[in-house]
Amino acid sequence: MDWNLILTSVFSAIFIKETIFYVLGAQGLNIHYGYTGLMNFGQAGFMAVGAYGMAISVESGGLSLWLGIVVGILWAVVLALLLGLPALRLRGDYLAIVTIAAAEIVRLVVRSESMENVSGGNSGINDFADAFYDLNPWVNGRRYEFGPFSYSGQDLWVQAVGWGVVLAMVLLTFLLMRSPWGRVLKAIRENEDAVRSLGKNVYAYKIQSLVLGGVMGALGGIVLAIGNQSVQPDTFATRTTFICYGALILGGAARVWGPVLGGILFYMVFRGLDVMIRQMERNDVIPESIMSSTQSGVVRFVFLGAALMLLMVFRPQGILGDRRELAFDG
Amino acid sequence: MLSQRPERHQSLQPAGLDALAEPAGLAAMPFGRRLALALAVAAVVLLQPLVNGSLLAAQEPEATGEAITGVLINRDDDDAPVAGVEIVVSDVSGEEVGTVVSDDDGEYFLELPGEGEYTAQLLVDSLPDGVTLTDEERTSLTFQIRPGQQKPLLFPFGVDTRNSTGTLDRVLPLTIDGIRLGLLLAMAAIGLSLIYGTTRITNFAHGEMVTFGALVAWYFNQILGVQLLVAAVLAFVLSGLAGAGLEKGLWKPLRQRGSSLFGLMVVSFGLSLLAQHVFLYFFGSRTRPYADYALQPGGVQIGSATIPPKTFVVIGLSVLVLGLVGLFLSRARFGKAMRAVADNGPLASASGIDTDRVVLWVWIGGSALAGLGGVLYSVTQQVSFQQGQTLLLLMFAGITLGGLGTAYGAAVGCFVLGLFIQLSTLVVPTSVKNVGAMAVLILVLLFKPEGLFGRRERVG
Repeated sequence: MDWNLILTSVFSAIFIKETIFYVLGAQGLNIHYGYTGLMNFGQAGFMAVGAYGMAISVESGGLSLWLGIVVGILWAVVLALLLGLPALRLRGDYLAIVTIAAAEIVRLVVRSESMENVSGGNSGINDFADAFYDLNPWVNGRRYEFGPFSYSGQDLWVQAVGWGVVLAMVLLTFLLMRSPWGRVLKAIRENEDAVRSLGKNVYAYKIQSLVLGGVMGALGGIVLAIGNQSVQPDTFATRTTFICYGALILGGAARVWGPVLGGILFYMVFRGLDVMIRQMERNDVIPESIMSSTQSGVVRFVFLGAALMLLMVFRPQGILGDRRELAFDG
Repeated sequence: MLSQRPERHQSLQPAGLDALAEPAGLAAMPFGRRLALALAVAAVVLLQPLVNGSLLAAQEPEATGEAITGVLINRDDDDAPVAGVEIVVSDVSGEEVGTVVSDDDGEYFLELPGEGEYTAQLLVDSLPDGVTLTDEERTSLTFQIRPGQQKPLLFPFGVDTRNSTGTLDRVLPLTIDGIRLGLLLAMAAIGLSLIYGTTRITNFAHGEMVTFGALVAWYFNQILGVQLLVAAVLAFVLSGLAGAGLEKGLWKPLRQRGSSLFGLMVVSFGLSLLAQHVFLYFFGSRTRPYADYALQPGGVQIGSATIPPKTFVVIGLSVLVLGLVGLFLSRARFGKAMRAVADNGPLASASGIDTDRVVLWVWIGGSALAGLGGVLYSVTQQVSFQQGQTLLLLMFAGITLGGLGTAYGAAVGCFVLGLFIQLSTLVVPTSVKNVGAMAVLILVLLFKPEGLFGRRERVG
């Protein structure tokens, strides 16, 4: 067993672009669920339209990367309106159903053969973000090491910008949630009818919340797409939404820093577990008859599912959250 | 082209009709006996084709190694076999791995050295006089061979009359396949809708119950060598047991703890992820067929497609099962109780209905039906570890269309949706047909959120 490798990958996971991806997705869910009480089970769909909206407009639309980012964000707004306008008038479960279906269908569409010349089918779209790396203050292609951390020049640049986006979103969430607007959101979460009786347009607030959280998810998708110089449909499978929820619940919903803390911890454990299981399999700590190398990549998702269930049952408020604040029934 | 053998398919009708007439006296019996009888009837009907023997006797040829195989026929000449055609197969590096000449029946079979990518080149010079390829350009095909796969290659000859007859010819086969899909969705979704109605859990793990049934049947069928119809009954029973286990071990304790609705949803979400990856771990990511009925000769030519007998058997069995479920829900005391609890739990409870028992049996019955639906779905589509997930989306759209929480609404909505999705491939590419489900879902929520059979006050 290569403990050094395991530790390096666990510590590197603190800052890598995947963590940023999940933290931003979870922050979006925090706006939706944590503050407004909306049940969005299709965050992966918002992340996908952000990433694909950008990649497609750069590759097929011939836009610059920066305009592409704007287009990606606009796509997320459109998706939020498309789902929110019909579903948010209704009881909470309808939003859950619509979003989980929409996310999966976005994925099925972008990976379909008939869309291959636009979205690249199974293999996705690659190499659209050179404009971003041209601005890199670090050297592209060089490896930088500090203690247990080891990143390439590209990684450092993506991480610097990505964490900048995360901090901006945390600040935005903080400011919004102490504004009158944010207090209305929290009031909707606690008692929708009471808010309505005060003359507030609950429907409009919910749609705004869905759009805002969806855009945060899209930003996550955009950061990862630029970081990988690639978008692939299966990055946005339903399990991505699971991981975002895992991060949110672990960190604590309705807390500004909850998704950040949860995202980092969750992804550290998730990745550490993966590397460790693969190491155990490779070094025959687990015999081949029980686990093959392809099987070793699956186990972490079994743990993820179990962890999500156990967290929700035994500690729904996570690390930072307040159980009383999350006792509402969506 | 695969050959079309002369023998025609027989329908399952007589047994099905008898059984539909049977349960009229059911209502008088106590619930346990009634259920046992229903199961027995279902089993007899399911086993009927076994007795008939010949109905579905086709077996896949013993797969020994990788090969290409097929039959060359000429459409211009009443599907006459084309003999003496030479096909050269080469591997990725362009090296020739073998040559085969079609025999007098137009058949050819060539073993390949292993899995991987190959190119088959049809030598146009070797074609008999007067025989032309449908598509002159289509003389070479590049294809993938999986381990143990025997791949049929398509080299159609003669003028293609099928495309020229247009969409009308495609409507009928698509309708039949749509009916099949719709019925299976309905079978699987009744449980989802009733579980929602009785417990308000939006059970994201219901799709995994569909997969579970298909996998259990696959295990019995392929590993233990049990005939598929017997394996289907076993899958039905085991799925029901799994549903009971989940209700007893997970959902009931959670409800008693007073978990929030969101909590229950997240738990079902986690359960779905967990189950799906356990399936993936043991079953792998490949899709695999059942041992029985994988390749069936004697298909019926309808419109532009040849529909194998198994499609009709699946449709017949689905109608039968749904008919029994419908009778149970409308006639049997306990079935009525189920609908009452789904409609208004507190009121049903106040009228003396034991809601806990009803909920338990909703889980058992719903899961068993989902499992059986999974088996029947896989008979034509093969088994995959994630089939349930895709079906779940269609089921959600279907039960929303019919009315969330209702039983008949769920069935009708899913049936309509299945038909709609298959027919939509007339105008949209097959690979994006599921988008239609999304469109239905959004339109229903916009204009008739309570669905076709739901009640207005339930939607909030």
